[in-house]
Amino acid sequence: MTDNATLAEAAPATETHDLFSKFDPIIQTRETLLASGVEDPFNLVMEKVLSPTRAICNGRDTILLGTYNYMGMTFDPDVLDAGKQALTDFGAGTTGSRVLNGTYQGHRECEDALKEFYGMDHAMVFSTGYQANLGIIATIAGKGDYVVLDIDSHASIYDGCAMGNAEIVPFRHNDIEAMEKRLRRIPEGAGKLVILEGVYSMLGDVAPLKEMVAIAKKYGAMVLVDEAHSMGFIGENGRGVAEEQGVMDDVDFIIGTFSKSVGTVGGFCVSNHPKFDILRLVCRPYVFTASLPPSVVATAATSIRKLMHGSNKRAHLWENSKRLHAGLTQMGFELGTSEPQSAIVAVIMPDLERGAGMWEALLQEGLYVNLARPPATPANMTLLRCSLCAEHSSEEVETILQMFERAGKTVGIIG
Amino acid sequence: MTEAEVDERIRGLIEPFNKKGVAITSATTFANDLEFDSLTVMDFVAEIEDEFDIIISMNQQAEIETYGLLVSAVHKLQDS
Repeated sequence: MTDNATLAEAAPATETHDLFSKFDPIIQTRETLLASGVEDPFNLVMEKVLSPTRAICNGRDTILLGTYNYMGMTFDPDVLDAGKQALTDFGAGTTGSRVLNGTYQGHRECEDALKEFYGMDHAMVFSTGYQANLGIIATIAGKGDYVVLDIDSHASIYDGCAMGNAEIVPFRHNDIEAMEKRLRRIPEGAGKLVILEGVYSMLGDVAPLKEMVAIAKKYGAMVLVDEAHSMGFIGENGRGVAEEQGVMDDVDFIIGTFSKSVGTVGGFCVSNHPKFDILRLVCRPYVFTASLPPSVVATAATSIRKLMHGSNKRAHLWENSKRLHAGLTQMGFELGTSEPQSAIVAVIMPDLERGAGMWEALLQEGLYVNLARPPATPANMTLLRCSLCAEHSSEEVETILQMFERAGKTVGIIG
Repeated sequence: MTEAEVDERIRGLIEPFNKKGVAITSATTFANDLEFDSLTVMDFVAEIEDEFDIIISMNQQAEIETYGLLVSAVHKLQDS
């Protein structure tokens, strides 16, 4: 006792090293931005949600143009009924892992719906899309294997790489030749996984999957395609860019999410790999977390089945995307792609300050878009990212364009 | 290729990326001295990979903080 006290007294009092010092630069950037008087772009509250395209945000009636709710399924009556019924019949949550007590009838039905939607043999539902990428990538690419991926890949893909032990080899965005060079240099006999996205969410551009998948196969690589931003919308059956470009049969794994076109939350992987189901036992982000609540898988399954027959909505969404893209181009805004390639239209801002100014001016007009900034964006760009919904009426798209024109002139982005 | 030859070639490649004309020694760091951001790193690494027909994975890049470490890493990689 006395010995301990002596030791404690003898030790010089060192100042605690604040582990938060590393965040000082970002705290500074944020304070400078807020000091200019703009509403905090990363602290918006939706007080009421009126429909897939309208909400009361910070007290204002607002058109939603940054929600990834591409197919507008969040308030679909059949989807809501399925969720309510499951909530009543199965309770609020599963309180368990998929591999223990967390697989209910609804999880199976949801996986069946996915298998049917994609025409694939196996489907595995995760609690989020982030966990689907994290789990699949970290588990299948191990020590000595090589992951070749597009440099603009989503954070969940990079985090999956960081969690695993494979060698990570990025290549320039959508550069077919750069990808091939890297595949060619991988030592003989090593396992290879090529990771691509159908639609890249920052600029809304599409990958040349047809060429890239063919090259990956030529070098004996397995191919994983993240179709988070194309499901339900791109391709004849809404299966995504791989379907649109006719390479579904050569893609080994498709990763997707329920938090965009499906309209709820959750993630998944579908595959034809004969041994796919072993992942249920070895994939840690699948095993060591609670499964989705019964109401969520019920809404997802219902929504997925309805999306199979969504060709009219898909057509209207394309019209919306094309109209917004053409209108903004005509006004003189600089966009992420020269022609509309998806339901994302990214408006490039000159810098963060004016981007935040424009974001706020739009919010005051009654329009919500995403403000995206480095490091999430490619080439250190500040973007106002618009994601269209099949439930936006043609009139709403015209209103949106008028809002952009007024705000753009006020902030001085366009002449 | 000897390490001196590797060094000479990399010196040629780094020039367009060395915007401030920093004098390069084996202790020069990419992040602090040369102020390379992630995009510059990607372009620079791609140049080296093409020149020597090698792969420098992100795992390896994380360990290469200085010019000297880069030269010896490339020397080893192009030999193997």
